[in-house]
Amino acid sequence: MKSFCNYIKSIVLGIWNLLLGMKITMLNFLRPKITEQYPENRGKQVMFERFRGSLTMVHNDKNEHGCTACGICQMNCPNGTIKIVSSMIEDAETGKKKKVLDKYLYDIGTCIFCDMCVSSCPQQAIAWSTEFEHAVFNRSKLVKQLNNEGSTLKVKEKSAPKTEVA
Amino acid sequence: MFDFSVVTTWIDELLRVTLGLNNFWTLFIEFILIGVVLLAVYAIIALILIYVERKICAFFQCRIGPNRVGKWGLIQPIADMIKILLKEIITLKNNDKFLFYLAPFFVIVGSILTFAALPFGLGLHAVDFNVGIVYILAVSSLGIIGILLAGWSSNNKYTLIGAMRSGSQLVSYELSAALSLMTIVVMAGSMQISTIVEEQSDMWFIFKGNIPAIVAFVIYMIAGHAETNRGPFDLPEAESELTAGYHTEYSGISFGLFYVAEYLNLFITSAIAATVFLGGWMPLHIPGLDGFNAVMDYIPSVIWFFGKAAFCVFLQMWVRWTFPRLRIDQLLKFEWKILMPIALVNLLVMAVCVVVF
Repeated sequence: MKSFCNYIKSIVLGIWNLLLGMKITMLNFLRPKITEQYPENRGKQVMFERFRGSLTMVHNDKNEHGCTACGICQMNCPNGTIKIVSSMIEDAETGKKKKVLDKYLYDIGTCIFCDMCVSSCPQQAIAWSTEFEHAVFNRSKLVKQLNNEGSTLKVKEKSAPKTEVA
Repeated sequence: MFDFSVVTTWIDELLRVTLGLNNFWTLFIEFILIGVVLLAVYAIIALILIYVERKICAFFQCRIGPNRVGKWGLIQPIADMIKILLKEIITLKNNDKFLFYLAPFFVIVGSILTFAALPFGLGLHAVDFNVGIVYILAVSSLGIIGILLAGWSSNNKYTLIGAMRSGSQLVSYELSAALSLMTIVVMAGSMQISTIVEEQSDMWFIFKGNIPAIVAFVIYMIAGHAETNRGPFDLPEAESELTAGYHTEYSGISFGLFYVAEYLNLFITSAIAATVFLGGWMPLHIPGLDGFNAVMDYIPSVIWFFGKAAFCVFLQMWVRWTFPRLRIDQLLKFEWKILMPIALVNLLVMAVCVVVF
């Protein structure tokens, strides 16, 4: 008698579990679909925020960037993707020598999007963009200069950088 | 409601009276006409089902599915058909050539013979025996010979295992399917499909038969689903274990025949369930509500039939894309220890109900 009860119970429980599974798939069936119709919605689709499309240098509206040409990103890069060309200039007022960024070269052809450069940057000067259409006709076009033409280093408040550095 | 026998009698009159043909030639031309129409409908339903299956599968997986060929991908199955017709038929070494090429035809002939016995609408019923249910059960199990032949003649371990599994599965589940159909035969008092449909003119059997009819419907849907080798019961072709089971070695149109037969078996199972349990082409009639019944009669019988069949097809696809595949011992245990006893008890309950009430 007990085994018969268990038999009936197992059948009822089985049916209940099957119905639960069918409920879940039905909810999925009615859910809005997540497929992106890519070439049709080109320019309209929103990539998710953390997507690592391409490395960019953040410029403000006065065409200033935050890169001090310290070279930490270049050293951290496992593939030698980043190349920083800098020069030393002498400050006219104080006479101190100062490193200034000339070119920030980024080769997207060798980048593995590991995020080591962005996470190690002390100035938050570089960031990821969500742009993903990288195809070009020539390999040399894969090397991009990230700093804008004529951009300068962001001038900080006199007291602020010292406390920050310390 | 439009009676399609008007059309068929008009064709008969045309051949006999207007053209003055004798009995033999009239029947000969009519048989060929019916055969051509059935084959055409068979092919069209296969195309529609392949599209619907891909779309519904995609929707269950939160995708959109085919959407590039034509509007909403509507021409996709036609493109697939052209592709499969143009493919080379690869000939194998060291196999039984005759049986190898014969096997797909067993499968497709079994499926077409069952298809012909379906009542598509009022007056649209090609094969109507007084033992219609037995005929349907008999010819629909012809396909198993084709599957066993395909597995055996391919000379391949995967196909052989697939065919053996398919054999045990189909033979087992045939029992439950037959018993659940018998439940309704007990209620209708006839095995003739047209009579079964006529009997449901006051109410469909699934509502009229109370609990035994509902249980029989569920059992038939499960057993029928297992007989189509789909969904959680797709052991014969279990992709991850047997590549494609019994049709691993087939290519081109031979594979196409298996493919089409699989989809049509899905439709046939659904259509039989719709005919026997949901009233076939019979509109929903509630005794006493004459106005409602009159409104229901305005909907053509063909739409009723295909609507109910589509509902059952959707149920089967829902099940297929929900549950994971069973093991062979679980499959047989499910049939012999659960489905068959319930079907037997159910048949008994139905018989008692019919006798007592």
